[in-house]
Amino acid sequence: MNETIVLRAEGLYKVFGRHADDAVEKLRKGASRDDLGGATAAVIDASFEVKRGEIFVVMGLSGSGKSTLIRMLNGLHPQTAGTVEIGGESINGVSPSELRDIRRHKVSMVFQHFALLPHRSVLDNVAYGLEIQGIEKTERLARARKITQIVGLAGWEDKFPSQLSGGMQQRVGLARALATETELLLMDEAFSALDPLIRREMQDQLLELQSELGKTIVFITHDLNEAMYLGDRIAVMRDGRIVQIGTPEDILTNPANEYVEQFVQDVDRSRVLTAESVMRAPRAVIHEGSGPHAALTVMRDEQLSAAYVVKRDRTLVGWVRDRDVLDLVRSGTKDLSPAIQRDHGAVANDTSLSELFIPAIESALPLAVHDERNKLVGVIPRVTLLATLGGEPDADGLATPRPDPLPTAVVDRALDASDEGLTTVKEAR
Amino acid sequence: MDFRIPVGTWIASFFDWVERDIAWLFDALKTLFVTLNDALVWVFATPPALVLIAVIAIAGLMARGWKFAIGVVIGLLFVVSVNQWDNAVDTLALVIVAAFLAVIIAIPMGIWAAKNDKVSKTVKPVLDFLQTLPAFVYLIPALALFGVGVAPGVIATLIFSVAPGVRLTELGIRGVDAEVVEAGQAFGASPRRILRQIQVPLAMPSIMAGINQIIMLALSMVVIAGLVGAGGLGGEVAKAIGKLDVGLGFEAGLSVVALAIILDRFTGSFGQRMGLYSKLRKRQMDVKAADEQARLDSQELVDKGPRRAGF
Repeated sequence: MNETIVLRAEGLYKVFGRHADDAVEKLRKGASRDDLGGATAAVIDASFEVKRGEIFVVMGLSGSGKSTLIRMLNGLHPQTAGTVEIGGESINGVSPSELRDIRRHKVSMVFQHFALLPHRSVLDNVAYGLEIQGIEKTERLARARKITQIVGLAGWEDKFPSQLSGGMQQRVGLARALATETELLLMDEAFSALDPLIRREMQDQLLELQSELGKTIVFITHDLNEAMYLGDRIAVMRDGRIVQIGTPEDILTNPANEYVEQFVQDVDRSRVLTAESVMRAPRAVIHEGSGPHAALTVMRDEQLSAAYVVKRDRTLVGWVRDRDVLDLVRSGTKDLSPAIQRDHGAVANDTSLSELFIPAIESALPLAVHDERNKLVGVIPRVTLLATLGGEPDADGLATPRPDPLPTAVVDRALDASDEGLTTVKEAR
Repeated sequence: MDFRIPVGTWIASFFDWVERDIAWLFDALKTLFVTLNDALVWVFATPPALVLIAVIAIAGLMARGWKFAIGVVIGLLFVVSVNQWDNAVDTLALVIVAAFLAVIIAIPMGIWAAKNDKVSKTVKPVLDFLQTLPAFVYLIPALALFGVGVAPGVIATLIFSVAPGVRLTELGIRGVDAEVVEAGQAFGASPRRILRQIQVPLAMPSIMAGINQIIMLALSMVVIAGLVGAGGLGGEVAKAIGKLDVGLGFEAGLSVVALAIILDRFTGSFGQRMGLYSKLRKRQMDVKAADEQARLDSQELVDKGPRRAGF
């Protein structure tokens, strides 16, 4: 058993109605969901694995079976066929008390409509899971108080759920699930009942908590933007079947079928795609050590008005303009550094597209992209940015830098006038 | 046409059998009913009327507020002034005993029916039967089994009033938000615990309405039970009917009304957070919350220093 797999679902079926087992047989033989007679298939042959620390999003419209699926993961709905394993142990075929034990210690849940106990205070609600675990009162209240603080509800402990706004109520729901310290967290449309601004806030908070606590989360949603924003991997469901599992970018750029493709059309690409996924190889870069002569030659050959300057290990230094380099060449300076401008305005490779627009406007060159060690890994021409938003990331063949490069004749004359022989490094595409 | 189903004969012979072969059970029940009733009558009748009225008024103040307390005093003083106090006490005792037993039967029954569809389907027609059979009809076998007195009154009242308690309990439990019950399950609570901590508390308004209905129906039945010698206000009404005494009939009848209104408002206020009691409790909670806030503030002051804490 692989240690890093927290949850494994294999061949899960859920059929409601009479003759459920027969219906599963029919489905296995390839029958469609509509010709099962009286039975209704909610989930058909769902298999997936969720790794430790991952946010796994199950995305589908209403009626796609996602809520049924998540309830099979903690046994609230017993499956018709297939197996669910949490931490390597099957939750199927265990006694009711063993199943309760699994729910107490291994998997907790957050509900769409919060499902708080209205007659208990916030603190008692948060402590509910601990109470069921049998933890003694002072300790569970202390732990609940801490979690309440973490989710940002300090000072609200003695209020009742009805006195809280929707977002705060769901924080209580989240805190209740976190307090149990189970590794696996199931979230059933947890943010769908909240209004958009609060939803966004909660998403950010969830990501923040996730990075601190490293929970493994299965998140159900019908909102593709939410799925793309939160999910490390996404399973898209349709009519009870999982039609594609992949990273958000996978799903966006390689939709498995027409259904997924139609679905992702409405996605706000600027939130999902990162700089890395749209960047191009730079047409040319200039090494810091090379002199003005070499630099100008590169720019002339590539018809560039400006270029980025890097060190030998591709660490970004700055950028130069052809006019400045030309001046250096004319004045016979051997060192490029007076012409280098340091304000390259590069962005990190995991910056989301939506945050690239302003830097792209401010940058004279195609926007530089650096990795975590500050090395130049690519550039994003403005045209690419626009083309990506339009859903045609490859339509940037004519990307031209601005302003127009110097006339070649002028450059040639200047180069001829000076007489240098330093190495030039040219970066092919 | 001389086709006839001898239902009457069957039922009569059934009760004959009951009377003959399991009379001990009814003797035991009779003893229980009579003992409970006598104990309550003793409690109510021993102190002077005014003391009891004061106690009930204070309880009313706690449960519902001063307007209700004044209403209680006026209503009960009226009962005293028409010389029906002793009868009212008898009636009250009988209602409380019958209603208490009905609640003890109705709530578990309602819970069972809520949890099990088969039970629900079986119980429903039985309840319909109990509620629609004319009330007087219960009195005949009750009289046959228990003889004249308090016991037939209790059993007839009990059977007549149990139905709404069962129905409203079932309705309440079934009406509890399924997601909240699911939350209990998802955190690994046992069915018993879910019942105790989630379903019953959340169904409480409905269960309370059921108890209220039980008491109201019990009161209306107790008057009828006066016909079989259960005494109390019902006995007075029966006497008035016998003598065609309009004055006595109305004095007893209005006393029933006073009692009914007081009981209804009392049971209606349970769980509504009205009255002085909940006010005092709320004030106490507020003080506690303020203390806690002050403690947190001072803690913050200590932790962060005065400037950063915003002082």
